Amino acid sequence: MNNKLIKFFNLSGLTWFVPMVKLCAGENPAQQIRQLWLIMGVPVIAFTIFLGLWSVTASKINTSLGAIPGPGAVWHEFSGLLDEHYAERQKEREFYQQQIQDNQAALAKDPKAEQTHFSYTGKATYLDQIITSLYTVFTGFTLATLVAVPFGILCGMSLIFRTALNPLIQIFKPVSPLAWLPIVTLTVSALYQTSDDSWFDKAFLTSAITVTLCSLWPTLINTAVGVSSIDKDLVNVGKVLRLNWSTQIKKIILPSALPFIFTGMRLSLGVGWMVLIAAEMLAQNPGLGKFVWDEFQNGSSQSLGRIMVAVFTIGIIGFVLDRVMQTLQNLFSFAKP
Amino acid sequence: MKKSFIFKKAIPLCFAILAILSFSVVPSANAAEKLEKPNLKFGFIKLTDMAPLAIAYEKGFFKDEGLNVQLEAQANWKVVLDRVVSGELDGSHMLAPVPLGASVGFGTKADIITAFSMGLNGSAITVSNDIWKQMKPAVPADKAGHPVHPIKADALKPVVDLYKSKGKPFNMAMTFPVSSHNFKLRYWLASGGINPGYYSPPQDTSGQVSADALLSVTPPPQMPSTMEAGTIFGFCVGEPWNQQAVAKGVGVPVITDDELWKDIPEKVFGVNKAWAEKYPKTHLAVLKALIRASIWLDAENNKNRPEAVKILAQSKYVGADAKVIANSMTGTFEYEKGDRRALPDFNVFFRHNATYPYYSGAVWYLTQMRRWGQINEAKDDAWYIDTAKKVYRPDIYMQAANALIAEKKAAAADFPAKNETGFKPPQPFFIDGITFDSSKPNDYLAKFPIGLKGKQVVAGGKVTGK
Repeated sequence: MNNKLIKFFNLSGLTWFVPMVKLCAGENPAQQIRQLWLIMGVPVIAFTIFLGLWSVTASKINTSLGAIPGPGAVWHEFSGLLDEHYAERQKEREFYQQQIQDNQAALAKDPKAEQTHFSYTGKATYLDQIITSLYTVFTGFTLATLVAVPFGILCGMSLIFRTALNPLIQIFKPVSPLAWLPIVTLTVSALYQTSDDSWFDKAFLTSAITVTLCSLWPTLINTAVGVSSIDKDLVNVGKVLRLNWSTQIKKIILPSALPFIFTGMRLSLGVGWMVLIAAEMLAQNPGLGKFVWDEFQNGSSQSLGRIMVAVFTIGIIGFVLDRVMQTLQNLFSFAKP
Repeated sequence: MKKSFIFKKAIPLCFAILAILSFSVVPSANAAEKLEKPNLKFGFIKLTDMAPLAIAYEKGFFKDEGLNVQLEAQANWKVVLDRVVSGELDGSHMLAPVPLGASVGFGTKADIITAFSMGLNGSAITVSNDIWKQMKPAVPADKAGHPVHPIKADALKPVVDLYKSKGKPFNMAMTFPVSSHNFKLRYWLASGGINPGYYSPPQDTSGQVSADALLSVTPPPQMPSTMEAGTIFGFCVGEPWNQQAVAKGVGVPVITDDELWKDIPEKVFGVNKAWAEKYPKTHLAVLKALIRASIWLDAENNKNRPEAVKILAQSKYVGADAKVIANSMTGTFEYEKGDRRALPDFNVFFRHNATYPYYSGAVWYLTQMRRWGQINEAKDDAWYIDTAKKVYRPDIYMQAANALIAEKKAAAADFPAKNETGFKPPQPFFIDGITFDSSKPNDYLAKFPIGLKGKQVVAGGKVTGK
């Protein structure tokens, strides 16, 4: 039981709990406590020191929008944003109730009266914006994976294909999202006609495709490396057994390249999340990037605090995404426990 | 077996699809007639003169017309124009000359029309503290030692000359090449003998040919911080950014636009021409709501302004601090820190027929586009008037106004008389004293000491021809 728990915590990246489990099992308390101190105590103390330094130095830097907010002010802004979220939800409920009442009143007057079914158009709250950002980044990331993995496998399997694609990969890999964005915006506007009930907004597509273009490369390169470094014996066994092409990919290439593919995907998601914020700022996709830009434009005395909240949110979400990918990576790699 | 599949699965599925389809055709309940497109998305830039949109939303004027409107802040004026052209936005808060620039084809070429002016005045020119210190000795002062307003650019000329003699560029910022702010800043500078530079399309669209002061584009909200960083020495922008510069202690407003030329049309509500032709009833409904919002904003001697300030201060609208917005919205304006003066007409939303899209306002902007080379060829007087009539549409405005009068939501006396031509009589209220007669644009252009006139064009980096 204990071993299973430890394995689970190790896999999921929650290594903090491992010494605790061992401690509960009564396994060499002194050593476990030292271990616990090392992986839990030290980071907590470092973070506290950071908070202290931050609150001391922040109050001394005066910008034109007032002093840089300290931890307390940022926490205050965060709870303010949550309150705004609940207030907006309340307004939304009232809007729909009012609509139902209006419709009933209209029906009472005239049984043939047409009914209104408007959707609420209040502002997107902070939590809505976080969800929009996550949705956009995963759309872009999924597209990137769907393109990168097949191409990566092809590159890994065929030397000709790899040499052919290499220059393209090398040229496009270092391009910043800001350079792609105008091209993507214009292309999307030209090719994608929106109407009232379109599935996606143009701004959403633009941001997602920019994320795809920038996060494609780590997965592609890692997949190619993974596939080309498969043990030659395995490939030869496949040849001896006369496996057909698809079985070879399914049974030999994919399983052995999977750890590499996941490493690539983990890097890709990290890149995508970073790129997304810049893309949203310029493409007007209503996510965290637009939140930061709008607050900068507001220039009120609360703006800096709110942008700081966004900085922490972006950081924490990025961290969680990375941990999730790391866990997947651990699950799929056989080499490490 | 097969039949039961059809009955069990396919028929309910058909009903589900029908139900979804019937919901997607959204009917309107309150409007007398069915609107073509009740769900709308409008853009705006974070400036106080977007107020009619915010008020129409918050006070339920859109809803009264059976409209379901979403308002969305945009990053800059270029984005606004592109998104109205592409149809992502149904309409937007726009700089008054933008639809004209689009029609002429300076920058993006598109057919944008406007039947609603969103207000008059509301901008100012601000210089940095350092420049103000240098120009202050040349500014006349009253007995108490306060500078006499309006301040002319004559006081700035020695400073610009000094920079020029040292070979240092004198940088200033405005919001967009075809913005009211660009033309106001140019007008003010040129009236003091400072050449703001010419455009020379299609080769050179920087607008800095033979310039004494170099003008460039900065998005409004970034103006105070760019000036603080020392990149620019002055700017012309709408509120609250001039008052923000005072509040942050980075600059001093020297002149407001109603002192430069009384009642300059500032922003308009622009829509795509094709959109307006496809959804005429919706367009009228939007105009009615906006007119009511403007009436509310100016009602009973600005009684509602404090409430409007509270609404605009929300982060989804302008988002600046309420006390900064209140400075200009409630009839006072702060120049130097502490030098607060009454300016009741600084932000006009409805008085003086502010919402009526006068052809003469459009002609004035066209003359300025010609004056600075954005229109780099001679045009006859008729061209100016025809272009103005193509883009500014008081005829549609009056339909909306008459509908409001018929519904008793507005009084006929609030609007221009039935025989209004759309051309204001010649106007002498300019800082340099030159009278503007909208029926003779070429004569008007000939009166300026600095600026293109007659058959002059800008080519090869200089002004040529007569």
